Amino acid sequence: MTSHEVILLTGVLCASACALLGTFLILRRTAMMADAISHAILPGIVAGYFLADGPSLLFGFLGAALASTITVTLVAALQRSGRVDDNAAIGLVFPAMFALGTVLVSKYFANVHLDTDAVLYGNIEFSIFERLVIGGRDMGPQSLWIMSTLLVLNLLFLGFFYKELKLTTFDGALAASLGFSPVILHYALMAMLSITTVGAFTAVGAILVIALIIVPAATAYLLTDRLAAMIALSVVIGALSAVAGYQLAIELDASISGSIVTMTGVCFLLALLFSPSQGMIARLIRRRAQRTRFALELLLVHLAEHQSNASRARRSQLANDLAWPASKVESLLRLGQRRGLLSSTSSDGEVALTPRGVDVAQGAVGR
Amino acid sequence: MADILHDLVFDYTLRNVALGSALLGIVSGILGSFAVLRRQGLLGDTLSHAALPGIALAFLFTGSKEPIVLLLGAAVAGWIGSLLMLWIVRETVLSEDSALGIILSTFFGVGIVLLSLIQQRNDANQAGIDKYLFGQAAALVEKNVITFAVLGGIALGILALLYKEFKLFIFDPEFANTIGFNSTLLSVLMTTLLVIAIAIGLQTVGVVLMAAMIIGPGAAARQWTNRLGVMLTLGGLFGAASGVIGAVISVTESGLPTGPMIILVLTVIVLISLFFGSAQGIAWDAIRQRRHRRSLSAPALIDSEARA
Repeated sequence: MTSHEVILLTGVLCASACALLGTFLILRRTAMMADAISHAILPGIVAGYFLADGPSLLFGFLGAALASTITVTLVAALQRSGRVDDNAAIGLVFPAMFALGTVLVSKYFANVHLDTDAVLYGNIEFSIFERLVIGGRDMGPQSLWIMSTLLVLNLLFLGFFYKELKLTTFDGALAASLGFSPVILHYALMAMLSITTVGAFTAVGAILVIALIIVPAATAYLLTDRLAAMIALSVVIGALSAVAGYQLAIELDASISGSIVTMTGVCFLLALLFSPSQGMIARLIRRRAQRTRFALELLLVHLAEHQSNASRARRSQLANDLAWPASKVESLLRLGQRRGLLSSTSSDGEVALTPRGVDVAQGAVGR
Repeated sequence: MADILHDLVFDYTLRNVALGSALLGIVSGILGSFAVLRRQGLLGDTLSHAALPGIALAFLFTGSKEPIVLLLGAAVAGWIGSLLMLWIVRETVLSEDSALGIILSTFFGVGIVLLSLIQQRNDANQAGIDKYLFGQAAALVEKNVITFAVLGGIALGILALLYKEFKLFIFDPEFANTIGFNSTLLSVLMTTLLVIAIAIGLQTVGVVLMAAMIIGPGAAARQWTNRLGVMLTLGGLFGAASGVIGAVISVTESGLPTGPMIILVLTVIVLISLFFGSAQGIAWDAIRQRRHRRSLSAPALIDSEARA
């Protein structure tokens, strides 16, 4: 495998693993836990390296897992205490952990290769050089092994607990009354999040993990409101961002992690603008159509009023009656004629409702 | 102890570091208290990450490393990020939590791309831009302190002028709206002030730790009082205390970075407040509960029965 292929595959696998969990984090409104955990694992990694007397994948992983468990527990305890709100609980715990990690690094590891930069951005650039060696045999790039393991683990987790996750996410109270504990599932999800974050950050860095967990899933949520479709879409969007981001990075000769994150942002922006249901443009069009429909109905009702008084509605008077600009009246009259709701003759002639127009006017008043 | 006091006044480096950190503590403590009360603590985290592309762009366009230029860039980017975030929350199905995460990670990602482009140009002038990521309180000089004082003074001045409006808006936004205050404007203004605090903090404690500088002092102060004025005062004091103590520890104990030490001191203050705060301390609650339990226990009940 070439270096390009390793990087691309690492990115795509990572994006898929993260997107699977991201969907549930977005729906459960706990997205910022991804931010908290990915920063808070620093002291755990340092402690692990300290125990192992140097950079060791296994000890780093164990330490990080311990640190993320502590973080999740502390945040939950703070939130339960009711002394601070949920947001603040997260924001108090992870900077403290990160600060502790930074102090430990500078105190004990000033010369070991663990700069805080690497924690934030990772080294996906060099993923081909980090090999997994078992019993002296080179098994290939380590990042690929880690990422595919994570992907399989997350797939298994979703496969086994899909029903339970769905239920606790959308109706916690019902889930509890049926005997599924929302609390246990919350912790299970947090555990999977921790494992994914810890595993992924060694290859791609904390910032990329956060982005790949949150942004593709949020993008998918703008495009669909079906859970299964949302999961599938977020995996696809994540993988696409990884591929496109890598291309961008090569094009600009810029940071790969940063470029992949940027591409997730571009995908989100596109969905924000063009999504058929949630997008800004669709929304604008809908709002406009609604305004026109309302104005037209108002006009019809006004004309129906005239008709029932047997008074004549003149084109020239309408603008005055309704206090609308003449151009608005004209375009609405044209619209009404096109739809067969109005019959009109000369340019300053009378305007009358067709039977269908009467129906619509009555319907509008009845509503 | 006397040595430290002597150095605080006469040692040029320590004096500037301590003064700068104290200023940051006061400004972020007071403005952060508002964020805590609005349950928007993590907004600080998002804004500080969102500031990164602003710093990079300011440098790319001007080629200047002047703190005031970079801080302005940071403030503008943070401000745009916050408006985008508010807009996403208002206009889409996404929750505030998701919007925070989206703005945080994507803005920061763009910032990293820009930083890598700057590094690639291999400009001798660029060294130091990435110091904004982790802050470098130890390198604060007199010029920085003056910048902080001016920026912080402006922010706190605006706050003082609009104190009544902000207070009303925080506790009863609907009422504020009905009596004619523009609550969107107040909300944007409050976020803008927060951006100023963050611009000051980036240089001192860095992107990641800024969240704690915004939340910590306010959350700690909240445990001691139910009055806004007292809370703001305490928030400023706690912030300043962690700044000075953290700076002093890091200077006297070699090899300890200043920013993280400030955050660790602040964390200790928060913990003490959570347990022993006079308004809602956990320890007092526990004691009260134990007393209740004892007074309701069987022997005590029999005792009071016998007496009656």
